[in-house]
Amino acid sequence: MSDLAVETSPTLEAEEHHGTSTGISNEKLAMWVFLGSDCLLFGALISTYLLVRHNSTSGPEALREPANVFDIPFTSVSSFVLLMSSLTMALAVGAIHRGDVRRCRGFLATTALLGATFIGGQVYEFTAFYNEGLGYTTNLFGSAFYTLTGFHGVHVSVGIMFLMSLVVMSLRGNLGPDKAETVEIFGLYWHFVDIVWILIFTIVYLIP
Amino acid sequence: MSSSTDLQTHIGTPTEPHHQSHEHTHPSDRSYIVIAVILAVITALEVGTYVFEDWFEDAGTGVLIATLFPMMIAKFAIVCGWFMHLKYDNPIFRRIFVFGLVLATAVYMAVMTSMQLFG
Repeated sequence: MSDLAVETSPTLEAEEHHGTSTGISNEKLAMWVFLGSDCLLFGALISTYLLVRHNSTSGPEALREPANVFDIPFTSVSSFVLLMSSLTMALAVGAIHRGDVRRCRGFLATTALLGATFIGGQVYEFTAFYNEGLGYTTNLFGSAFYTLTGFHGVHVSVGIMFLMSLVVMSLRGNLGPDKAETVEIFGLYWHFVDIVWILIFTIVYLIP
Repeated sequence: MSSSTDLQTHIGTPTEPHHQSHEHTHPSDRSYIVIAVILAVITALEVGTYVFEDWFEDAGTGVLIATLFPMMIAKFAIVCGWFMHLKYDNPIFRRIFVFGLVLATAVYMAVMTSMQLFG
């Protein structure tokens, strides 16, 4: 009997903290499963883009090849902005774990601002391409490009909304150190959006 | 007592409460800044391939890909390992994410190969 009590103690200790049999937070586990499955979504979009980007037969001749369309210096700045938003997000997670709520709020707001700057850049880029004559249905390249980068943009936009929610929660006093894991789980989503852009920037923009 | 040790070995995870182990393994703000600087430098090097576009055009797309891919993978791994704490966190998270990543890569490489993207 006493042996049984000793044997079960590690599990019980784990259960006490997260209330799960594994000792792992269910919310965090769910976020990782979601991110793992999101790899398949972006994998599909990136591979589709790679398959069709040089196969455009309609629309203006100059707009059939990616190399003629992209503005690499502009996109490089956007990429840098998104990369730095990952830094501010990591700093926000670090701050909330230390119990520094005010600093965390500042970093969350900065992350949202940097994310909004990135989205602003994407809107500008899309507008410029559209004005040049590359619409969503102009050719295969346009459709694949807008779908891929658009889906990524939607992910960033959803992230900004979540960030603003966290900032509002923090202002109302509902985001204390006890909610550190909530900020950390959201941080995972934000960093994932960043790593997807790391792939898109290289594969779509830098490799002609 | 020996039963307890066996069980711990079997579970393979520390019995220390999660928050304690987590606090010890969080990188400092300074570490995050150093990591961001490294990422920025790699990004600058990536953009450098565009600046020297003519040279890479002469060298061929293969050279460009061989230059860019290691940098892309390094950035990816750094963000996952440090910013997403995969390096420090419970290994099950890493396994789940890597499973999704490997599955996606395998499936779409097969699709692209079957559609003769690589010649």
